[in-house]
Amino acid sequence: MGSFIANTDRQQQEMLTAAGYDNFEDLFAHIPDVVKLGRELEIDRGLSEMEVCRKIESLSEKNIVFRHIFRGAGAYDHYIPSIVKEVVSKEEFVTAYTPYQAEVSQGNLQSIFEYQTMMCELTGMDVSNASVYDGATAAAESVFMCKDRKRKSVVISGAVNPAVIDVIRTYCSGRETDINVVPAKNGLTDADAVCAALNSATACLIVQQPNFFGNIEDADRFCRAAHEAGAKFVMSVDPIAMAVLKTPGEYGADIAVGEGQSLGMPLGFGGPYLGFMTTTQKMMRQLPGRIVGQTEDSEGNVCYVLTLQAREQHIRREKASSNICSNEALCALTATVYLSAMGPEGLRQAAELSVNKAHYLQKELEKAGFAPAYPDAEFFKEFVTESPVPPERLMAELEKHGILGGLPLEDGKILWCATEKNTREDIDDLVTLAGEVIC
Amino acid sequence: MKTIFERSVEKRKLSLLPECDVPAVDLEAADRETPLDLPEVSENDISRHFSEMAKSTHGVNDGFYPLGSCTMKYNPKVNDEAASLQGFTNIHPLQPDHTVQGCIGLMKEAEKTLCEITGMDRMTFQPAAGAHGEFTGLLLIKAYHRSRNDLKRNKIIVPDSAHGTNPASAVMAGYEVINIPSKEDGCVDLDALRNVAGDDTAGLMLTNPNTVGLFDKNILEITDIVHKAGGLCYYDGANLNAVIGIVRPGDMGFDCMHINLHKTFSTPHGGGGPGAGPVGCKEFLADFLPGMLPAGEDQLYLKKPQNSIGMMKAYNGNFLILVRAYAYIIMLGREGIPEIAKNAVLNANYLRVMLSGKYVIPYKETCMHEFVMSLEHEKASMDVTAMDVAKALLDYGIHPPTMYFPLIVHEALMVEPTETESKEALDSLIKAFTEIYDKAVEDPEYIKNAPHNTIIERPDEVSAARHPKLRYIPEDN
Amino acid sequence: MFHEWVKFADDETASVGITDYAQEELGDLVFVNLPEAGDDFAVGEVFADVESVKAVSDINCPLTGTISEVNEAIMDEPESINSDPYGAWFVKFEGISEQENLMDAAAYEKYVEEEKAKEE
Repeated sequence: MGSFIANTDRQQQEMLTAAGYDNFEDLFAHIPDVVKLGRELEIDRGLSEMEVCRKIESLSEKNIVFRHIFRGAGAYDHYIPSIVKEVVSKEEFVTAYTPYQAEVSQGNLQSIFEYQTMMCELTGMDVSNASVYDGATAAAESVFMCKDRKRKSVVISGAVNPAVIDVIRTYCSGRETDINVVPAKNGLTDADAVCAALNSATACLIVQQPNFFGNIEDADRFCRAAHEAGAKFVMSVDPIAMAVLKTPGEYGADIAVGEGQSLGMPLGFGGPYLGFMTTTQKMMRQLPGRIVGQTEDSEGNVCYVLTLQAREQHIRREKASSNICSNEALCALTATVYLSAMGPEGLRQAAELSVNKAHYLQKELEKAGFAPAYPDAEFFKEFVTESPVPPERLMAELEKHGILGGLPLEDGKILWCATEKNTREDIDDLVTLAGEVIC
Repeated sequence: MKTIFERSVEKRKLSLLPECDVPAVDLEAADRETPLDLPEVSENDISRHFSEMAKSTHGVNDGFYPLGSCTMKYNPKVNDEAASLQGFTNIHPLQPDHTVQGCIGLMKEAEKTLCEITGMDRMTFQPAAGAHGEFTGLLLIKAYHRSRNDLKRNKIIVPDSAHGTNPASAVMAGYEVINIPSKEDGCVDLDALRNVAGDDTAGLMLTNPNTVGLFDKNILEITDIVHKAGGLCYYDGANLNAVIGIVRPGDMGFDCMHINLHKTFSTPHGGGGPGAGPVGCKEFLADFLPGMLPAGEDQLYLKKPQNSIGMMKAYNGNFLILVRAYAYIIMLGREGIPEIAKNAVLNANYLRVMLSGKYVIPYKETCMHEFVMSLEHEKASMDVTAMDVAKALLDYGIHPPTMYFPLIVHEALMVEPTETESKEALDSLIKAFTEIYDKAVEDPEYIKNAPHNTIIERPDEVSAARHPKLRYIPEDN
Repeated sequence: MFHEWVKFADDETASVGITDYAQEELGDLVFVNLPEAGDDFAVGEVFADVESVKAVSDINCPLTGTISEVNEAIMDEPESINSDPYGAWFVKFEGISEQENLMDAAAYEKYVEEEKAKEE
């Protein structure tokens, strides 16, 4: 059996005696027998480390790892620099606790401070928290930042990722919140319908950029409309796109959230990912979760500390606006290292390469018979096509060649994605195969 | 220590991405105009910077972390290796089921094993943390009562000793919190509970052992009172390390619960996360579970429960964290799991007894995996507080215990050694505590000004909160 | 016992703050959450809270009335509550219809002395 207990039987006996117990049963004697399990657990016997490796490896081998990925829909196959993996495996970062004791956590705290700074730079906002679970829960938490006694309803564009909308619905299902999802029109937010939906009871309007279909929204109009109705404007953004697109800060948004997985985290079958939340100076104290601040110690040295803690659950308890305790700290560190490695030019390059590859893919697919679903919309790194063949048939054929094709959508369309990792050759191969399926 | 921004030199960069091999596209969409001020550094700069950061971060590898309620046990490295297998890291969450038989298989096995360990029937792995699990469990309870058209149940009972996430989660789920006072022995006051349990009770949130480290012997009566009033019982799994393999929450009358994989199941804390908070429940609640659950026999697939409360986050939860926990569980196995609890409880009682000479331990009986010390007397007589003693421990390279929790003990220090600490580590903690006490008597000022050997002195938290500086600003520095 | 002071301008309008004893007990204040003008409160209801680094304390209403003005200055400079508790007013009320049994300054001082003696 595997064990990480250092003390030998002899040492355990010594300690029992020193503490005044005869045996282990004594330690649990006060627990009523009727609640004790009283038998062995019906699970397998323990294993040695080597056997554990073999068993887990064989499980992993039952998965198909696609060498070429053309699917996004919220989780992206971007290039992860080697230095990122190296830094985030440092044992201190991996095993440290939450930095409540500032004197022994300066490294952790400073790197979160750097993370907060970088997220503000990306989104153009003033303040960031230290992360929440993922982009979807970040969007959900932003709703509670905006709600107050008079404004309890939320307007969400139907062009937002359906998974995000699902999570917002679940989060709001406990507390009285009216959710109005305005269906998308031609692959974009229906501006007229959204404006008509905003009123004096609206807490916020949520729009995604680029949206779920990959299309770029003209957020100016939405921001103005939201503010005119007295509501807050929330943008859920792709962090890589922020290197080249107009930022939420530039639009005048009140809150910018999003999924940070693209910033150095592997796909990992869904997690752990990274929810980032940034906002204006004015709404700083509405942010949930931990926040690191800069200060000085008693000797005047610059140092870092968890601050504004009186917002949080461990102090406010039932008066806290969010229950969040653990966050995605190591993923935030991952983003910090990624953004340091990429720098402004590298991030711009990743964004531009993704755009270029996606547009090349789209043109070639169109030539092969996959018509664009939203030809009038401009897209970033994802786009939707019609499919002249049942998508499952196409996907099955691509799978044989180690290719994960675009995501089949409910209405028979396909949501494709390309990033800097897809070479021209990969794209050409995909298109050739797709063309063959049609014939 | 310089920030990464201060190491920036214009035009420095890495060579990560290739030239473009397809036509360049000029987007018409509005461009970003504000310059993107990210660091411009070399890979060597990054390597050195984060090494410096790591050296000023106390990990479990640096020393003892006796944090009550956090279960900072050793994080086995084989778990990390398992989680970095390409067969897991390179899997897109939206791949078709037939291509992720390994992932679903792992979820299925993990669910089966964890249900056996906890006495639950089904489990979701979607919640990303304990608090996230609590919120999930409360939504399950809500869905249950709604399904029976029992709409007047709007209150959740929480003992005043509970972790702050409990009442916060209840409010997120739309409930009103009824706090019940604990008795002198830290356990639930049955009369107080009977008084508040009624037909407006949706449920009770409880952990056992409780937050002062004691096993509440009346647990069956407690859950019975709530059930008879028509409510459900939620188990906060934070303290599972004390009883794992010996007592199961499902056998104590709990209907649903969360587990903290980053506590009991050895996944690393990551400096604050990511963790995972799988939620288990009895069969009658299974239809309400969020996310997708493994189904099928030879060909596995993911299935959404019929009356699911929805999604707690996008996709499948923190899957790579589950991989780590699963590696841990199969390594320990049938014989190893109960040894965790036995040694966690032994280590805690050993410390409790050896420290009770010098320090006040309010609860004198056998503790479980953690115990509470109170510095109330020291504060009154020497003006030396729990905070001061905690800071003094930093000078010994030992991370302080949990301070000022639970709220029902004044000047509390809650100590949880976990089962992975050796007798030598425990003895060195005892020695440190003893020396600190003696020093406090001899020279209280020295202890009040601790720590002395860390890279910074006590930070000015008041200014940090009054005048928040939450990002690096070039002009300021 | 609400450790707050009330300064009446006339029968129906008054300003409210916290006493010196209160600010001392609370320690260094870092933030105060105030209601909005136009909000109504009854005696005993929580109308504001004050934060120190590690705690939050509710401030209960000593009056029944409507908030006419809030003191934005103390939100920007919460330290003024500690340094000048009787100058750092929190809110102004109008339309006051009810009030808690209020002590005068002398009676309050005596009360505080007794409280402090109890603590020792």
